[in-house]
Amino acid sequence: MATPARSRAISLVINGEQVEMEVPARRLLVHFIRDDLGLTGTHVGCDTGNCGACTVQLDGEPVKSCMLLAVQADGSRIATVEGLAPDGDLTALQRAFNEHHALQCGYCTPGMLMSASALLARNPHPTEEEVRYALQGNICRCTGYVNIVEAVVAVGGGA
Amino acid sequence: MTTLTEQPAKTLERGYVGQSIPRREDRRLVQGQGTFFDDVRRHGMGYVHFVRSPYAHARILSIDVSKALELEGVYGTITGDEVAIHTDPFFEMSVEPGGLIKDYALAVGKVRHMGEPVAAVCAATRELARDAAELIEVEYDPLPVLVDAEEALEDEVVLHDDAGSNVVWSGVFDWGNVDQALAEADHVVTIERLHFHRFSSTPLECAGALVEYDKGTGEWTLICNHQMPGVGAIWMAPALRTGIDKLRFVTHDIGGGFGNKICLHPQYVVLCLMARKLGRPVQWTEWRTDQHTANAHGNERTFLDVEVAVKADGEMTGFKVKAIDDCGAFPRYEPLGCIIWAQVTPGMYAWRNIRVDFTQVCTNKSPVSPNRGYSRMQHLWLTERIIDIVASELGFDPVEIRKRNYVKAEQMPYETPNGCVYDSGDYAAALDIALDLIDHGSIEERRVKAAARGKLLGFGIGSTLDSGTNNFGQSTLLNPELQFSGNNEAATVKLDIFGEVVVTLGTVPQGQGHETTAAQVVADILGCPPEQVNVRRGHDTWFNAHAGFSGTYASQFAFTGLGAVKGATELLRDEMVKLAAFVLQAPEEAIELADGMARIKDGPEEAALPFMALGAIVNANNAFLPPDFNPTLNHRYVCRPYFGMVDKERKTGQLTLTYATQIHAAVVEVDPETGEVEIVDYAAVDDCGVRINPQIVEGQVHGATAHAIGAALFEDFVYDEDGTLLTANFYDYHVPHAMDMPPLKTGAMESPSPVAPLGAKGMGEGGGGGIHCIGAAIQDALRPAGKAIVYDSCNPPHRVWSMLQDPGSTRTNVSVVSK
Repeated sequence: MATPARSRAISLVINGEQVEMEVPARRLLVHFIRDDLGLTGTHVGCDTGNCGACTVQLDGEPVKSCMLLAVQADGSRIATVEGLAPDGDLTALQRAFNEHHALQCGYCTPGMLMSASALLARNPHPTEEEVRYALQGNICRCTGYVNIVEAVVAVGGGA
Repeated sequence: MTTLTEQPAKTLERGYVGQSIPRREDRRLVQGQGTFFDDVRRHGMGYVHFVRSPYAHARILSIDVSKALELEGVYGTITGDEVAIHTDPFFEMSVEPGGLIKDYALAVGKVRHMGEPVAAVCAATRELARDAAELIEVEYDPLPVLVDAEEALEDEVVLHDDAGSNVVWSGVFDWGNVDQALAEADHVVTIERLHFHRFSSTPLECAGALVEYDKGTGEWTLICNHQMPGVGAIWMAPALRTGIDKLRFVTHDIGGGFGNKICLHPQYVVLCLMARKLGRPVQWTEWRTDQHTANAHGNERTFLDVEVAVKADGEMTGFKVKAIDDCGAFPRYEPLGCIIWAQVTPGMYAWRNIRVDFTQVCTNKSPVSPNRGYSRMQHLWLTERIIDIVASELGFDPVEIRKRNYVKAEQMPYETPNGCVYDSGDYAAALDIALDLIDHGSIEERRVKAAARGKLLGFGIGSTLDSGTNNFGQSTLLNPELQFSGNNEAATVKLDIFGEVVVTLGTVPQGQGHETTAAQVVADILGCPPEQVNVRRGHDTWFNAHAGFSGTYASQFAFTGLGAVKGATELLRDEMVKLAAFVLQAPEEAIELADGMARIKDGPEEAALPFMALGAIVNANNAFLPPDFNPTLNHRYVCRPYFGMVDKERKTGQLTLTYATQIHAAVVEVDPETGEVEIVDYAAVDDCGVRINPQIVEGQVHGATAHAIGAALFEDFVYDEDGTLLTANFYDYHVPHAMDMPPLKTGAMESPSPVAPLGAKGMGEGGGGGIHCIGAAIQDALRPAGKAIVYDSCNPPHRVWSMLQDPGSTRTNVSVVSK
């Protein structure tokens, strides 16, 4: 019987840049992003897929990068928080988070931004209810979500 | 009546202070450019994983690390035996028997709670460290388990043989004359048992550190997320048999703390030993499950035999209670929780006769640590439960009975029976704001409408105080031998060569926006825009900008942290004025700092020096300064609040200095078929005196409310009889998600503190207002369905459903004797 491969070469595009790398087959996507690529904006807040701090976009869809192996992302396009404003010119969503005081410790923020920007991409004018639904996979322990929801609704032009 | 200490009641002329300036921290954090400890890498570093006990109580028969060490890429291990050789047990704060407990960085001989670390392994990758931990073989001999605090009191099973008892600390606090109050009362209301449950704020970033050891100097550097490094070092240095100067704590961004990152010294000591043993940097990031099972729970407390003295008109004159506090397997920061509650002894009420018989015990559960609202929240829950049970049993209106018994605005500053001074506030006015926000007048109408939909509607109030700026002298009321008193915090402010104003904080923020608020205060004093003020992120022991009690905890930044910033900035300002006067050949009184310049008031345009000129003169171009004039433009200030001494005999004193007010009000609907509680209206009113940045204050109110709602309805660390934690992750331990949170209405008042440097009171912890008002609202909702008494601080659907099915069992808990 063949021995299972311990590592595998993968190729993907992350924040617009092509990456090719040999990764251990068991490595979580989030650890690949953080430890191998040094993109430490994506965070880890739990070990059960509940908290959403590790949310990135995979082919445009928000996914929890702790629930995927790096090899599963082979061939995909990934966006992380670092890709939102590569030149430091903040997006409307990032500015709204600042203006509405939608973050305190900032640990959940990258995941929130990736979930919220995915929502806004498919639904540019979400209602408060739609925002809450879209963010229910992202835990924040500081804000009670009040200002996060307000910021996302405001970007969509809502009240 | 009052014995307010004399402190200058200075408030700044408001400029940037008082404005909701968007936070400067945000720009890096929204771009993923924050630096959290786990983001930091060092060449050749190893990853540490802890081997943890699956048992709640067991003797360790053997530990075999040999298979782990054979694995390629494993750098080394540490076990309890090595810890016992190379370190001393941590300093214990209690008198005997608790003071005899031996608490080491790893389990030595015995494990006392599920998840207790018994060994550590370090390897080249995170995955490998976990694999290696699996290969470490530990043989246990299980022992009987204690998960109940009252059972622990019997001492049939004892956790700590050295102590010989499970009791950590016990004592009676007796102020006024409660027996007389009960004898003279028209009604005595007795409550047999109330239970405040275990939960914690569970910051989203788990604990951890990257530790480096310098063999040449014997110094450790900890890049970490400890939120109270000053006190952390007091535990760690003696245990490591080194000087406190050998421990350098560095923090950058911290992903929430809430008190849960105060007791990290056991794991940090293991990391220090590992770094020294292996001669390489080592890194440990706690797993979520490990945080839940073995890091920091909030104190669980059972209240027994409560007796309340009530006059016919609803005036309450006193109460007595027996409190049993469960601190889990090791006291660590305890027994401080046995006294911290006394900062708010009468809650918001004017009762003068109070006796609390307080005992703290160990059980086979996770150790506790301060948790947002630490120890006061438990006690305030008791006082609020008393109010609502008395109101319900004697037929008083919960609003009216509160207003009758609140300390009145005209009584401020008000000295409590145990010598604390409530500095300012108008509780009844704050309550009125909350009532307006939830449209209290329409409650009965809404109740009828809800009933038509098959729902039970209830309304409840939570009145709390957030006491801030701790007097560490209160620890001597527990142990007279302790050498702690007062408090301090430091900051440095300097003007650099190109005119940069650089502020360094001793505080260790975890999301409270200190960089922003400190810049607001400095900008007002120096007459420059906040953008010109660079407030350094985080804490570094080597900055020399800290004091013994440095940290962010106990709602005190607005007093001590900003007090230090203000003090240092005023020293700098005075020197800048002096220097400008010298250069411009004008009297000092003629100089003003404004628009980023030092200039002659109403003088010609050229009679002005930009900050850059002042910085350059002192730092680089100073030959013309006379020898007797030596400005440094670099100042350190320690804010040392004045408390006076505590009275160890009477157990009285100023245990804390500021009292922010929170009034929360909730309207809930209970589904009688499922016991599910829905919050349909919610208001939180906060009065923290001068608000440096109202938006940040409101954000803290939102956060504290979310924690309280979670605790009131979902969050519960549940143990089975074997001491296994059943809620060890975010699946089973449900914290509020966006869909769970009701819309929050907020209100604010400002009753400036006469004792705080900026008139601003510490705030942010809240007093658990949401726990109190939601419990009260549930009790109100259940009135027509058998009048159950809410007896627990956590009311998930199954408990509410049980109260609906059998309200009588909760009612036997309460009795009234009327004369």
